[in-house]
Amino acid sequence: MISKPHDTAARHTGEVLLDIRDLVVEVDNSGAWQPIVKGISLSLRRGEVLGLIGESGAGKSTLGLAALGFTRPGCRIARGSVSFNGIDLLRESEAARRQIRGTRIAYVAQSAATSFNPAHRIIDQTIECAMRLGGLTRQQAIAQAKALYAEMQLPNPNEIGDRYPHQVSGGQLQRAMTAMAMICKPDLIVFDEPTTALDVTTQVEVLASVRRIVTDHHTAALYITHDLAVVAQLAHRIMVLRHGELVEEAETGRMLADPREAYTRSLWTVRNLEKPEEAPTQPILKVSHVDAHYGDFKVLEDICLDLPRGRTLAVVGESGSGKSTLARVIAGLLPATSGTISLNGAALASSLKQRAAGQLRGIQMIYQSADAALNPRHTVMDLVGRPVTLHTGLKGHACARRVVELLEMVELSEHHITSFPSELSGGQKQRVSIARAIAADPEVFICDEITSGLDQLVQEQILKLMLNLQKELDKTYMFITHDIATVNAIADNVVVMQRGRIVQQGPKHELLSSPTHPYTKALLAAVPQMDPHWLDGVLNDSTARLRRQEALRQSALV
Amino acid sequence: MHIDHADAPLRPIKYRRSRLSMLRKNLKRTSWPARIGLAVVILYAVMAIFAPVLAPFGEADVVSTEPFAPWSLVHLFGTDQLGRDVFSRLIYGARNSVGIAFITTTIAFFIGGSLGILSVISHPWLDYLLSTLADTLMAIPQLIFALILLALFGSSIPSIVLIIAVLSATQIFRLSRSLARNIAVMEFIEAAHLRGEKARWIVAREILPNILPTLLAEFGLRFCFVFLTISALSFLGLGIQPPSADWGTMVRESATFISYGNITPLLPAMAIALLTVSINFVIDWFLDIASGLRDDQ
Repeated sequence: MISKPHDTAARHTGEVLLDIRDLVVEVDNSGAWQPIVKGISLSLRRGEVLGLIGESGAGKSTLGLAALGFTRPGCRIARGSVSFNGIDLLRESEAARRQIRGTRIAYVAQSAATSFNPAHRIIDQTIECAMRLGGLTRQQAIAQAKALYAEMQLPNPNEIGDRYPHQVSGGQLQRAMTAMAMICKPDLIVFDEPTTALDVTTQVEVLASVRRIVTDHHTAALYITHDLAVVAQLAHRIMVLRHGELVEEAETGRMLADPREAYTRSLWTVRNLEKPEEAPTQPILKVSHVDAHYGDFKVLEDICLDLPRGRTLAVVGESGSGKSTLARVIAGLLPATSGTISLNGAALASSLKQRAAGQLRGIQMIYQSADAALNPRHTVMDLVGRPVTLHTGLKGHACARRVVELLEMVELSEHHITSFPSELSGGQKQRVSIARAIAADPEVFICDEITSGLDQLVQEQILKLMLNLQKELDKTYMFITHDIATVNAIADNVVVMQRGRIVQQGPKHELLSSPTHPYTKALLAAVPQMDPHWLDGVLNDSTARLRRQEALRQSALV
Repeated sequence: MHIDHADAPLRPIKYRRSRLSMLRKNLKRTSWPARIGLAVVILYAVMAIFAPVLAPFGEADVVSTEPFAPWSLVHLFGTDQLGRDVFSRLIYGARNSVGIAFITTTIAFFIGGSLGILSVISHPWLDYLLSTLADTLMAIPQLIFALILLALFGSSIPSIVLIIAVLSATQIFRLSRSLARNIAVMEFIEAAHLRGEKARWIVAREILPNILPTLLAEFGLRFCFVFLTISALSFLGLGIQPPSADWGTMVRESATFISYGNITPLLPAMAIALLTVSINFVIDWFLDIASGLRDDQ
């Protein structure tokens, strides 16, 4: 049983460990220094966990790195002080700071997959710091690492270190990285979005491990995230940042119950969007008994589903469950090996090349990453104008006029028409992708995780936009997502997928309120709730089951 | 541009960026080495194009009875072994050496680039065939291979151009293939397939603009190598044949002077070196712009 960090009030009386005063960090914008952290102060006591929340560009990662006396290349600390345990980090020499980093202050990065060197074994990377700076022998360091792996509840703690980073799952790697940070028993760990890249079911595991280890070792932590529900499980205190400035700061309980600033409240409401129930309609797209293979490997098995006209079908499941593959099969990018797909009653050829132009037009995809889906060398006019020309024959100014109409539909304006994707923000790029899909005037939109790369507020705007468009244009959506909040916001019907099969499907309210399949239950239970005690509850009833699942997946991998 | 008359009273929409303003913006970002490089490249181009106007004497005219005349006001850099004006031949040399290298590189890029893209978008067996062929050609040392082929086909200008173009095309094939391969898996290519674009559009509008900056930078580098290969061949006596003026041949013909402390043979060599360095300066600047399009933010 894990002790709750919220109950250890004694910690709050501990001495101040980290004290940042009036910190200003500037970034070099081709010659001109622009502030990205504008005079933030914070103090952290021993054993305290402070959550930093904000959208991207809020300066939270920069602040986290500044706690190590570090700035990214191209940035500088213009003013302020960072004192750690009485030492002013900014006045120390780089050599002295390096002694402190890794041993007294550690850092856990967002993507463990890119932070580990793929050419070295996990154990060697875990103990490197302890051997170089911590003064341990290799044997001692390995023993400690194994003990930490066990504490992080990694499977086979004695052997997992001998694997290479690509031989373990993402969640395991993230836990190994936390073990790496813990190896010198630091006083402070900076966690920079450690669970953002993970599936919800994996996220629970990592969160639980992080919380356990932070509590057991009485380690202070800065926990950076954009997900409120996550930070609510870990932090004693939360700071909300925006545009490099502090918006609000309070104890976790108070912050959740009674946010004072409008911006904080808007962050709170994002997760509470909910699409009302609507009357069922006739199916426009029917998928029946579809199988698909990558080579000899079966990726989809006996998929049957209907898309009712003018409604949204959400397809949920963790990564590798075959959601995106299903989208590719319906779009014709990956020919189905058996089964039929029909649009408006007419059967679709399984491969793209055999489909007629009208059928191609009928199904449009919107991708997760607008960066990859928009040609960086084309302007918005090229990107959106091309499908307009292709499907309506409009050219020149007539086409430009239609493009402007489309841009206005997605709440962009005329002056964006000459922009390149690199000149737009993430949300604007996704809007351009949506405009491009509407340009073809399709019946069905396949939206593949279109909000998961975006900040929460932008996510909300995009979801609202999609809802409005559905109302205006009476279009049908297939919405692939791993986020249950998104399902709540947009779906009418839900399909749950696991390992290439549909394990449960039905109307949203029915499925979410009474999940029958154990996987659906685990998936729903793993979604963080805005309740600081949610994690305890989940751990008590589902940890055992999740662990069994992980063990299963491991045995399948080996 | 087509303007619909029915819509004429409506306010026109400015939907194209003016290319002039983009060019001006890019020229503003030049560093001083790039400006020097650009100036030298332009100077060489002018020399090559206007050689008959600029040169005081003809390319192959014997203008002096005195072979190996010293530098004088009439013959700025003296005369060569036949009494031809060295200064005039240097200017004509720009036309022959640079012009032939340019044509060769262009042909090499046309062959290598189009085959590279073709092998990405077409059937895997064609890719396999072309790659194996390129590997085979690359396995043989280039200069030796060129010498053998020139000995076989005779060293006329068309055969020099074609042989070096084909041999250089192997590297360009490798490069364009790997560049196009990285782009071909992007989702915007998938999106183009989904809206039913033909292969021509996908190559010309989706793939090419993304690989062109790197290919153009490679063009500059490859041009230097081709130029040096041709000069080396000329120096060995298998390249551009007399009486055409060529910098490589000119170095060879007066090479012995260097032991008497005369720097005349170094002039064509320096012309070669200066051009190579200048082109590299220009490429650096160009790569900077090309990558800047994405990393601007």
